[in-house]
Amino acid sequence: MKSPPVIARAIARGFSGLSGERGSQLLPQARLAGPMPWVIAIMIALTSIAAAGGLALNNLAQAARAELSGGVTVQIVEADPVERARQATAAATALAGKPGVSAIRVIPDAELDRLIEPWLGDAASGDAAIPVPALIDLHLSGTITPQRLGELRNALASAAPSARIDAQADWLGPVFAAISSLQWLALALIALLALASIAAVWLAARSALGSNHETIEVVHHLGGTDAQIARIFQRSVARDALLGGCAGLAIGLIAVFLLAQRFAALGSGMIDGGGLDVMDWAILALVPVAGIVLAALTARFTVLAALRRML
Amino acid sequence: MSGSGEDIVQFSNVGLRYGTGKEVLSDVSFTLYPGSFYFLTGASGAGKTSLLKLLYLAQRPSRGMISMFGTDIITLPRDRLPGLRRRLGVVFQDFRLIPHLSAFDNIALPLRVAGVTEQDLQKPVADMLEWVGLAGRSDARPATLSGGEQQRVAIARAVIGRPDMLVADEPTGNVDPEMALKLLRLFEALNRLGTTVVVATHDLHLLKKVPDSLIMRLDKGRLSDPTGALRYPPRRQAALS
Repeated sequence: MKSPPVIARAIARGFSGLSGERGSQLLPQARLAGPMPWVIAIMIALTSIAAAGGLALNNLAQAARAELSGGVTVQIVEADPVERARQATAAATALAGKPGVSAIRVIPDAELDRLIEPWLGDAASGDAAIPVPALIDLHLSGTITPQRLGELRNALASAAPSARIDAQADWLGPVFAAISSLQWLALALIALLALASIAAVWLAARSALGSNHETIEVVHHLGGTDAQIARIFQRSVARDALLGGCAGLAIGLIAVFLLAQRFAALGSGMIDGGGLDVMDWAILALVPVAGIVLAALTARFTVLAALRRML
Repeated sequence: MSGSGEDIVQFSNVGLRYGTGKEVLSDVSFTLYPGSFYFLTGASGAGKTSLLKLLYLAQRPSRGMISMFGTDIITLPRDRLPGLRRRLGVVFQDFRLIPHLSAFDNIALPLRVAGVTEQDLQKPVADMLEWVGLAGRSDARPATLSGGEQQRVAIARAVIGRPDMLVADEPTGNVDPEMALKLLRLFEALNRLGTTVVVATHDLHLLKKVPDSLIMRLDKGRLSDPTGALRYPPRRQAALS
């Protein structure tokens, strides 16, 4: 017996049945209605916030590194103010002629007083002031190595015996380590949220499979393939994930924006470097896209694994 | 499609057991020929539904050999089964219509599975609704249809793809005698178009309604051949094969 022409034409085109809206109608309960879009929304919101935090910390660390790169602080630790001033001038003169020194500035006493005034008050200035080291801000071209610092120390040994030399980046080493830890924490949070999302979609897909078991059996007996059935679930899950993803991204971006406003209000120089640029916002916009892809793939593989147990 | 001379189905020493229980089918051997009409009879629990499950590829046997449309089912990879299933039509005892789809959409389902476009399937489905006498009920959901109407939708769904073989499990079990006869006439009409029909029933009165039919009788999982037709098919079937 010959197939009707309509079937023959479909076979010639290659089987691509149950596509589009018709396929989705077949298993209406496969749609992860109810709380699932909201679960996905919460996951996407938290992931967006964690990703924004990680990106902001990365920017902050990069900005700080760029600012401190090549920076060296020379302290003249000398109680006698006259001798301290002399050694500061001598050190600046000695360093100015050294190769690789791109900028040198002796921090004026008034500026030093202003810097420590918030902590020491009036005791920071005047004749009875607590002695504080003289500071020389030095910038070197290229990478600062212990060897280069050693050469500078040797150069200052006779001109300014009270001088101490430190690379500015060294001071902030623990801060960078903490920032790095927070970045890893943000990554771990994103990974955990992704796992939680996979688990939620897996449970929902299995539940939808159970409630549509008879329909799936019928479609199987009619010659439906695993891929066709999986595609229906995948599409339904993707639609719910899109809904949840958009809501989650909106919630996440509002939270990030409000947090950014609060941090900006602090007016701290270091935190100012932790803003998000256009590329960061683009990455945040990709979070729901990644969520949708993850949810759809999870649904697909869950359904395919379950269908493989059927003949 | 089965060509001339090709057996539709061949069972050879087939046995089936579920889990570790005893065999529900034992040493079942028979051949189904193109264009024949078979009744599968037997008491409740004789194994009719199990044999039908093997026929519509819902189950693989525990032992023995099954060939369908010239293909060895035992060794056939799972991903090639859908292609064979599309050559079969199945009418389930409990209809198994999809409750949230209309009569039209239930009947259109095999065509949609096969990738037929919406435009191309409108006429065949409308024709099929008319053929089973449900032209005015295309939008009705199964829950709003009577038992006989549901059964006719199930039959229409089974035959819309013009299957090489139709398998029906107690298709008249839930309908009155008058409707049973009407349904049987539908099967006969399909059979005249060349489809091999296998109808499982415990209603012996039905057997007399189709004079050219062949009878397969199951008794406690073993197949008997009361008319000898399974071993020596009558002239009509032999000629067809």
